[in-house]
Amino acid sequence: MNRIVSKEFFSENVIKFEVEAPLIAKSRKAGHFVMVRVGEKGERIPLTIADADLQKGTITLVIQKMGVSSSKICALNEGDFITDLVGPLGKATHIENFGTVICACGGVGTAPMLPIVAALKKAGNKVISVIAARTKDLIILEDQMREFSDELIVMTDDGSYGNKGLVTNGVEQVINREKVDLCVTIGPAIMMKFVSLLTKKYEVPTLASLNTIMVDGTGMCGACRVSVGGKTKFVCVDGPEFNAHEVDFDEMLMRLGGYKEIEREDMAKMECASGAVK
Amino acid sequence: MDITEERSQTWRADLRSAMKAKERTDIKRVHMPELDATYRSHSRLEEVNLGLTAEMAIQEAKRCIDCASPTCMLGCPVGVYIPKFVKQIEIGDFLGAAKTLKETSALPAVCGRVCPQEKQCEAQCIHVKMKKEAVAIGHLERFAADFERESGNISIPEVAPSNGLKIAVVGSGPAGLSFAGDMAKRGYKVIVFEALHEIGGVLKYGIPEFRLPNNIVDVEIENLRSMGVEFINNCIIGKTITIEDLKEDGFVGVFVGSGAGLPRFMNIKGENLVGVMSSNEYLTRVNLMDAASPDSDTPVLLGKDVAIIGGGNTAMDSVRTARRLGADRAMIVYRRSEEEMPARLEEVKHAKEEGIEFMTLRNPIEFIGNEQGRVTHMVLQVMELGEPDASGRRSPIEVPGRTETVEVDEVVVSVGVSPNPLIPQSVIGLEVTKWGTVVVDETTMQSAIPMIFAGGDIVRGGATVILAMGDGRKAAAAMHEWILNQ
Repeated sequence: MNRIVSKEFFSENVIKFEVEAPLIAKSRKAGHFVMVRVGEKGERIPLTIADADLQKGTITLVIQKMGVSSSKICALNEGDFITDLVGPLGKATHIENFGTVICACGGVGTAPMLPIVAALKKAGNKVISVIAARTKDLIILEDQMREFSDELIVMTDDGSYGNKGLVTNGVEQVINREKVDLCVTIGPAIMMKFVSLLTKKYEVPTLASLNTIMVDGTGMCGACRVSVGGKTKFVCVDGPEFNAHEVDFDEMLMRLGGYKEIEREDMAKMECASGAVK
Repeated sequence: MDITEERSQTWRADLRSAMKAKERTDIKRVHMPELDATYRSHSRLEEVNLGLTAEMAIQEAKRCIDCASPTCMLGCPVGVYIPKFVKQIEIGDFLGAAKTLKETSALPAVCGRVCPQEKQCEAQCIHVKMKKEAVAIGHLERFAADFERESGNISIPEVAPSNGLKIAVVGSGPAGLSFAGDMAKRGYKVIVFEALHEIGGVLKYGIPEFRLPNNIVDVEIENLRSMGVEFINNCIIGKTITIEDLKEDGFVGVFVGSGAGLPRFMNIKGENLVGVMSSNEYLTRVNLMDAASPDSDTPVLLGKDVAIIGGGNTAMDSVRTARRLGADRAMIVYRRSEEEMPARLEEVKHAKEEGIEFMTLRNPIEFIGNEQGRVTHMVLQVMELGEPDASGRRSPIEVPGRTETVEVDEVVVSVGVSPNPLIPQSVIGLEVTKWGTVVVDETTMQSAIPMIFAGGDIVRGGATVILAMGDGRKAAAAMHEWILNQ
């Protein structure tokens, strides 16, 4: 069992946990994820590792409250235990000196992007980060991202902070300004789809880190399959990063919605039950 | 004592002379009591086979003539001392019979339920050569193991004094458990590493409770624990810790039994529609994650018109699960005829009794979905049988121009599995075939890296529980030998 050593609210629904996991802290690299389960009746869900502290033997996870399982994790407190935590899973991000790299992320996608930004910077790249959110309160890890970026562009939908506009506006502005060798994108599937469409137009090679439904996370179930370049790939063992221009995002969005109805019902049940307790 | 000496013991000789062989072979084979088919087709957890009563077991044991050369044993991948345990049942020494089973098998209650005995021990039974029905060895094995468990007098196999040597096992499925048991008996400290949160591998995530209840698997695992075997869950060798880490930590040998954890798909149009999934996903949701229970957080689709593609045991497990979860039509779609089906006869029989439709000589060529991307129909190509292919089975060929479109709201693809890639990807120097299976010496199960042995589906690519257990047993004997020679 893995103990939670700290809990920090980035916003009402976005929470950062540091969790004891010394073996994972030692073996993980940028791009890796873990599978997490809370409670004996809990679901196994994938979460990308945002950071690790070798000395403390901890890994950092950033979670957004969305459905039943993420809400259960977010309800845990410092000192509580995560029932099951396994990893690191997936293939690590391929890091080399590409030249100039745009790191485009949205919402909680900024958390898994942070170790990639740090590794790219360390490898000698010029890193331009574009972080985006609906509104100012949802911008996370700004200072940490700034630390490893040569330039940081903040975008908000409502213009409450940084520049007004979508992540794609920020990315396009950079591409129009200078030669970009690679773009890395992490965020909601719909956001990655539009980043990919944009960079395809400008012929900028792009990697997207996909967040699909998984059950085991080790290649066993195939729930995570996506079409990449017309071939079926498993996000858990072939990914999670793929050439974004070859990813069928529409299919991925459709598959992400596969259990929406059941999830909505379960969420309603849970809220109802917690209401009764109160 | 070898098997000839065992056989010449007084009690065995007396028992043989107590009844003429002809009288024995004239007894009709026992019929396994089963739950009513209509009732059980709606009961997800209750076991279909109810087990023999003591009277039934003794009567069945009498059918065995205690041959001088028991060919049945040759049919058993782990070499269970079959005549001995059967005769122990005949004299009413049920606990003794269970003890005999455990000398060679780490999981007798499991094997008694899921082994394809009709293709192994029972296929070699002398009765078959006399054109009679084989002694129900599997039913008797299950009886002895269940009797012991329910008696509360579970015997722990003898364990040699500790030799201080540490062995790692990758994966807690049948291959790993069988290996672990045999090595513990030889005095090694055995630690089993499991990637999932539950111990048991395919016995837990794959085989449904109506065929193999989880508590039975747990008891067998507890037995191994009492023999000193240690289990660590949520730990992936090659990811969480490496083989190098294990070496540094003083492990002298590693057995890889990581299984066939990579489902195959057919690469046809519409296969990624919502509602189309692998049998691994479907069964894992239902079995490991208990998704059909209202208090489980894991969702599962409850289809009304469910098609399972494939004709193996996993396909039967999936289709019978779908029926139990409320499918009005639960269909097996198989490209050859029933005769070529790889599933056990018992599974096919049970499935039919439960109202499963068999659509044989049909091969899916496309899945069609609605605007939400959910599967609504499958298009089937009608097939006919041609000449035998490499597998010896008559190969299916298309009947030109004949297709059928069938309504479905859930499709489970059960056309086989490939080896899990995690170990082959992460261990440098391990020799792997183009199918991703680990290359081993067939007699010793030793890989290209001397300290690593492997067995089960990671070597075979997709076989049975008992073949995996046989590999584990073989590997344990060979690794022990290899360590002694170091």
